[in-house]
Amino acid sequence: MSAPPSADDGLSPAELARKYGLSVSGARVGLGEYIRQMWGRRHFILAFSQAKLTAQYSQAKLGQLWQVVTPLLNAAVYFFIFGLLLGGRGGMENDMYIPFLVTGVFVFTFSQASAMAGVRAISGNLGLVRALHFPRASLPISFALQQLQQLLFSMIVLVIVLLGFGHFPDFAWVLVIPALALQFVFNTGLALILARMGAKTPDLAQLLPFLLRTWMYASGVMYPLEHMLKKAGAHTWVSDVLLANPAAVYMDLMRYALINDYPSSNLPPHVWALALGWAVLIGAGGFVYFWKAEEQYGRG
Amino acid sequence: MAEQTLDKTAKADKAAKAEKADKAGGAAQAAPGQARVPTVIADDVHIVYRVNGGPKGRGSATAALSRILRRKGSPGMREVHAVRGVTFVAYRGESIGLIGSNGSGKSTLLKAVAGLLPTERGKVYTDGQPSLLGVNAALMNDLTGERNVILGGLAMGMSREQIRERYQDIVDFSGINEKGDFITLPMRTYSSGMAARLRFSIAAAKDHDVLMIDEALATGDRKFQKRSEARIRELRKDAGTVFLVSHNNKSIRDTCDRVLWLEKGELLMDGPTDEVIKAYEKETGK
Repeated sequence: MSAPPSADDGLSPAELARKYGLSVSGARVGLGEYIRQMWGRRHFILAFSQAKLTAQYSQAKLGQLWQVVTPLLNAAVYFFIFGLLLGGRGGMENDMYIPFLVTGVFVFTFSQASAMAGVRAISGNLGLVRALHFPRASLPISFALQQLQQLLFSMIVLVIVLLGFGHFPDFAWVLVIPALALQFVFNTGLALILARMGAKTPDLAQLLPFLLRTWMYASGVMYPLEHMLKKAGAHTWVSDVLLANPAAVYMDLMRYALINDYPSSNLPPHVWALALGWAVLIGAGGFVYFWKAEEQYGRG
Repeated sequence: MAEQTLDKTAKADKAAKAEKADKAGGAAQAAPGQARVPTVIADDVHIVYRVNGGPKGRGSATAALSRILRRKGSPGMREVHAVRGVTFVAYRGESIGLIGSNGSGKSTLLKAVAGLLPTERGKVYTDGQPSLLGVNAALMNDLTGERNVILGGLAMGMSREQIRERYQDIVDFSGINEKGDFITLPMRTYSSGMAARLRFSIAAAKDHDVLMIDEALATGDRKFQKRSEARIRELRKDAGTVFLVSHNNKSIRDTCDRVLWLEKGELLMDGPTDEVIKAYEKETGK
């Protein structure tokens, strides 16, 4: 273009950019600024998770009722197989075993579904990532939040089951709130870690179901873990490790909180410290790990 | 009516922009004639797509397994060098057209300017946050139009307050409710034209520093096309710099004063609209 000669002639692009205060497009911002941006997008994160939740069953005739029916059916299947056929209940009567099982299934599903949604959070939403600006961590966090809302629906079923088997609300039920909060932080961190790994290696989405199923059987969702380990004659260190794994910790805390007369001897030592430790480690670690690759998401 | 109110809401942004221009223009104002403040600088930009699963070598499962076992690179990974060393400087107040045949890298270049695609080599410097006009990816077909307006607005970074303010304008502008109360129905029940109109209305509700439009002009019926062209002109007035990708030479001639011609990812020509379009038409034999 025939522009009038100006003082800018002969400047390199980088010098020109510096002179006019232009910044590199798509560069990663600092961690503090990133958190501030996330806070600015909190409404989007919440709206996105609610939208996903609603869209899930919008084509079904029973509609949102499936939010409650799906977890109930899940629990029924596990009751049939582990409670009746395989006899893995460790000497618990139905009035103890069924609440034990349902609590376990719901709490584990919460982590499992967050992990599955997390691994596809970026790789399954490339269109969104390539079209709009927002801190990418919004996506995995939003998916974890969707699972939290799903769990709250399941809690309705859980309360009915508990009441049905004579476990009435007592002071210990208040412990549900910190237990769930810690598990949610842990799940969010897990989703963030898997989202980064899944963005780089989409194959992980195929592998993850098997890892998660192994995790489920190793955490004692449908049987008391300690009882099974003793039966199998496992080393003490094996049972210590398995009992301290986050899924087992969060499940045991929920059972302890909700089920009357749930023996506290079933809880591993320092259980609250473990629950807090896992949440802080995976939650904060996952967030930083995800942020470190912020500028790379969206590449094919 | 809808256009008037949309215009009103743009005022605050305009004021902020003017202030920023004053600040940046300290040196530029001293220059004689028109001050030229750069808003986008592309410095030797290269963009490479990595595509999984492209047919390279034998595609069978055993072949893939042996490649993994031998750890020979990533199996089946192909690289597409979409943009090769593009350099340009865009100034405030310019509207720039991007032309070139299909697959020449126009849309890819825009995405890199917007910071949505990482560059392989080179850098893009921008003033403020350039944005692509479009929210398609954030909308969900299973939700009602109403909820999609809110979701789309939030995804573009508008606050709940702003969306509440503009909600009625967006709905009116889209004309969705002209034939009954469609906004409360799921978007999957809309005709393709209606859905496109709603998408455009949501996308055009926000004001942008650097606005990039990727062939968004041709949606909806004739009446809506006229309305959206007017809205784009408005957006252009408020935006610092506008990029327009189009295969329609007429709409480029109407709206742009400078044109970049991309071919095979390389910048073939950069100059005044008439000159470049003439050369392009000669080349393509039109």
